[in-house]
Amino acid sequence: MTGILHVVKPGLQTTVQDLGRVGHQAAGVPVAGPMDVFSHRLANQLVGNPPGAATLEITLMGPELQIEADTTMAVAGAEFDIVCDQRMVAVGSSFGVSRGQRLRFGRRLKGARAYLAVTGGIATPPVLGSRATHLVSHMGGLDGRALVAGDRLPVASGPSACPPRKSMGLTLPTGGRARLRILPGPQVEWFRPEAWRVLTGGAFRISPMSNRMGYRLEGSSLPRLLDDELISQAVCFGSVQVPAAGLPILLMADRQTTGGYPKVAEVISADLPLAAQLAPGEFIEFVMCSRADAVAALIARERQWLRLQDLRGPA
Amino acid sequence: MRIRHAGDSMLLVEFEPAIDPIINARAIALAHRIRDRAASGILDVVPGYCTVGVHFDPLLTDLAALERTISIDAVRLDEIDQSPDGHAIEIPVVYGGEAGPDLEKVAVFAGCTADEVIARHAARTYRVYMLGFVPGFAYMGRVDASIAAPRHRVPRDRVPAGSVGIAGEQTGVYPVESPGGWQLIGRTTAVLFDPMRSPPNLLAPGGLVRFVPQGGLRL
Repeated sequence: MTGILHVVKPGLQTTVQDLGRVGHQAAGVPVAGPMDVFSHRLANQLVGNPPGAATLEITLMGPELQIEADTTMAVAGAEFDIVCDQRMVAVGSSFGVSRGQRLRFGRRLKGARAYLAVTGGIATPPVLGSRATHLVSHMGGLDGRALVAGDRLPVASGPSACPPRKSMGLTLPTGGRARLRILPGPQVEWFRPEAWRVLTGGAFRISPMSNRMGYRLEGSSLPRLLDDELISQAVCFGSVQVPAAGLPILLMADRQTTGGYPKVAEVISADLPLAAQLAPGEFIEFVMCSRADAVAALIARERQWLRLQDLRGPA
Repeated sequence: MRIRHAGDSMLLVEFEPAIDPIINARAIALAHRIRDRAASGILDVVPGYCTVGVHFDPLLTDLAALERTISIDAVRLDEIDQSPDGHAIEIPVVYGGEAGPDLEKVAVFAGCTADEVIARHAARTYRVYMLGFVPGFAYMGRVDASIAAPRHRVPRDRVPAGSVGIAGEQTGVYPVESPGGWQLIGRTTAVLFDPMRSPPNLLAPGGLVRFVPQGGLRL
């Protein structure tokens, strides 16, 4: 049985996201997917979905949704005041909803992006194997765009009678800043030694001109040693690329597959969810780490998943 | 050949840094070999002009073993066929004016007239070296050195779909509206990417392209 979510108010930028369009980057097809993959997975886990089920990524201002079939939902990531009819709903816990109820996102308390999962997952048509919305190329999700009022989102049927679950989510940034761990980028030698000190020595402000593709950072510029043009090459989620003017850009979920600016650093995978929870106007501090630290941080994250599985008990 | 770490989840295999058909054919061939081997943990293989990006899951990948495998795959790449694929695809272009807001600046860079920039850009048959940036964006080369103007220092936030640009010795067409730093000299109505088409890309690595000025006049 297929349910429907009716979009009464869309919020600032609400998009359908799954784990992304992996495997087509050689054709220039960007991966997209959630900015905060941890909270996306968590929201799915709380409603009994596999990690690849599509959720709604909610940005800064949340939507109002009319529910047209009984189901289970969960929100993970940024904290908002959320009500379902008159009842308060907690972030990080699954909750049952009934046909005819309205889910309203109110004031944002902490973090920048929340993920709303519905049992069964959002069932918009996949494009090249994924439901992830890529805004720049208008691909995936609902017509390749953010939700608008009046949209109707199909929901796939899922396991019925999902028991209520609760979990600790991501530790959200406080005081409008977050510390992100970095490794040297593939063109680190293109920069003067003091560039690394500038990068790790102060805070960079996330410009209002930032989006799902990347965060433009404001702060001291990074002096280059080599003024060559880089021949375009593959880039990553987390690459810190530096155009000639010297101000870095942190590449995020909707990043291009390749780029022609030298990359001074790469944010480690385990810290990207934290980056996703920063809003424009907030600050990033970069700190150097080792490859071993990067992998250890990911393993620690996986342990958190294993603990969650234990809490679920035997299937 | 050199293998570099690009963060915790990509290896970057670098060949000699040059826009060169032989080096590019090696990168494409290496990408095929890595992809065909389908080693555990590999998520995506992305050939560039003279590089191959190998995206992997750090928790599922034995990094040292992956590096060894790539070194083995990289032997005898010089034996592969380097002839370009098929006929040149023709792309109609309206040069200059609103369609190509940087044409005059490229002319200043080149020390010639705008019409000479158009003539030099349209005179060559280009090789498609790689796709990237956005779906269906083909990086082509080599552009005549006299008109090889560098990227803008600060990229534009919006470049219209179909814009034809130059970045150093590279030329390309923006398939969708997107941010971009290339010098825009014209615009085409050709559809570079359509996910419902098979294959979705108009252009593929190793292919040939010619730009055809429309109307004989610029706007």
